[in-house]
Amino acid sequence: MAMMTYLEAIRKGIEEEMARDENVVIFGEDVGGVKGGVFGVTKGLAEQFGDDRCFNTPLTEGQIGGLAVGLGLVGYRAIGEFQFADYILPAVNQLISEASRMRYRTKGDWTAPIVYRAPYGGGVRGGLYHSQSTEKVLFGQPGLRIVTPSSPHDAKGLIKAAIRSDDPVLFYEHKRLYRLLKEDVSEEDYVVPLDKANVVREGDDITVIGYGMVLNHALKAAETLSKEGYEAEVVDARSLYPLDKETLVKAAKKTGKVLLVTEDNLEGSIMSEISAIIAEEALFDLDAPIRRLAGPDSPSMPYSIALEREFLVNEEKVTNAMRELAEF
Amino acid sequence: MKKLEESGLTKEEIIQAYRHILMGRRLDERLWQLTRIGKTSFNISGQGHEVGQVAMAMAFQPEKDYFLPYYRDMTACMVWGMTPKDIMLGSLGKEDDPSSHGRQMPNHYGSKEHNIVSHSSTVSTQFPLATGVAYGAQLKKQDYVTLTATGEGSANQGEVQEAMNFAGVKKLPLIFVIENNGYAISVGTDEQYANETMAERGPAYGFPGKRVNGNDFVETYLAFKEVVELARSGEGPALIELMVSRLTSHSADDDHSVYRSKEDIENLKKNDGLLFFEKQLIDEGYLTREEMTDIDTELKKEINQATDEAEEMPEPTADSILDHVYAEK
Repeated sequence: MAMMTYLEAIRKGIEEEMARDENVVIFGEDVGGVKGGVFGVTKGLAEQFGDDRCFNTPLTEGQIGGLAVGLGLVGYRAIGEFQFADYILPAVNQLISEASRMRYRTKGDWTAPIVYRAPYGGGVRGGLYHSQSTEKVLFGQPGLRIVTPSSPHDAKGLIKAAIRSDDPVLFYEHKRLYRLLKEDVSEEDYVVPLDKANVVREGDDITVIGYGMVLNHALKAAETLSKEGYEAEVVDARSLYPLDKETLVKAAKKTGKVLLVTEDNLEGSIMSEISAIIAEEALFDLDAPIRRLAGPDSPSMPYSIALEREFLVNEEKVTNAMRELAEF
Repeated sequence: MKKLEESGLTKEEIIQAYRHILMGRRLDERLWQLTRIGKTSFNISGQGHEVGQVAMAMAFQPEKDYFLPYYRDMTACMVWGMTPKDIMLGSLGKEDDPSSHGRQMPNHYGSKEHNIVSHSSTVSTQFPLATGVAYGAQLKKQDYVTLTATGEGSANQGEVQEAMNFAGVKKLPLIFVIENNGYAISVGTDEQYANETMAERGPAYGFPGKRVNGNDFVETYLAFKEVVELARSGEGPALIELMVSRLTSHSADDDHSVYRSKEDIENLKKNDGLLFFEKQLIDEGYLTREEMTDIDTELKKEINQATDEAEEMPEPTADSILDHVYAEK
């Protein structure tokens, strides 16, 4: 075991996979050289594995998207970094028109294993274009997988599984968690499956489903409520697409009271789909209407401290919503 | 026009080139017929591009070089190894279609067996992909060259500029081609780009760019041969602007008489590269008119057979709708 931050765990996972398989290459804006990414995730990788396997790209996100597909076609496992999840938007055409359907449209003749990494999420005074949760833009695009870790342990295991996967995987990293979370992480060669949600805390009174920063709020809120006599089942959705319906529905049925939390704005968020699934599969096991807690429907998160606070789902908002549901 | 012997190709190779060119024309004519009688739903044509495409493709080594084509590149794909039956299977949407096994519309060529990479319909997405394929050669010090093509309208997409810029930075073994036929559906070049030529975009990204007359077989072949050799020896990418004609409407769903005058359309027929090439073959003593007629008869027979065989083949089964969405179900 070694004490690692969420960020260090991601780097460790990439490092292990690059050492294990010479076909793994990594690139993006500021990713190579001595800088190693604007957050430092790839620091040291260029020195360790050479400038051919860890390199800078010009400031062109569509190109990052397509370069990864092309490398995949000829046997490489490319990791393309988008500097911020907000900057996936110029590459959406490559991700949807090429990466997601190369396998499908050739019946498996041509395939491209890829990891697209993207720091997402707010609470860093990033304003409209450095705070977004863009995962819903790519959600519901069959052929793509979307995963996001909510702990250092999962960060290492999930990035390793994503690199080994033969599918294109979007790997969302919550930038607030990079240095906030620190825990003992196994130095063993382990992977976390890409298609399984994770029951992080067991409880019988209410079920809370979330991922990323808000999941960590929910875990703290659950301890507060425990003192008030309510035990919450907390589920890390983790595999955002395709969703692990089985685990989510089972957790919903267990308590009959479901709170879905996302940092994204409410409308059209991934929680909306989870809500539909639970309504379809577990309606007669529910004792209360499904509740969603999310950001307001403003176009992204504003910069001003007052507005950013207003946008963000925080521990207090989660605690209140959980208590309300428990008392329903 | 340069004399055919200046190409350095043997008589057999020149005659083979003619067979490819004529096959491209005749097969496309058949695809239009099948569209009109409702046996297939769509065709988008490369008529007027065939001479340039064959000269282009013959400068490569299809057994190891990669090709990321666009939808008018049927003739070039056949030089690369695809057969008329392969094309027909795609047009009819059959299970054995090597391009997409009946998943994509006709004219989206691909073949794993022949290093021809599948492409989308959102034009020019293949350009960034081609940089990845080419970077793969550089990483493992392999000596294959990658070719990718698009039209002069599609060449204005942002991804084309992004890919060419990256190829210049990394000096990739990659040849970019813009097949300029003067029309993007109904829109002429004066509304597509402001520069004199599109070839100028090569030097803008740090590598050579050359405009060639795609109706001149030898000029085209030699231009490609030069840049392919440079790319293979590590000298980096190049852009070729291949000047061709679009002899037909944009596609089976278009009628070019709406936006092209009768005179323009008549003139196009007079500037048909196939006719120039045939005249050259006769004038320079490669083939007689009678020998050409024999080849034509032979190719039509081959096309009939390909059509019949492809029509007999099964459709994909309905229960395969979710196959290959992911690596594992």
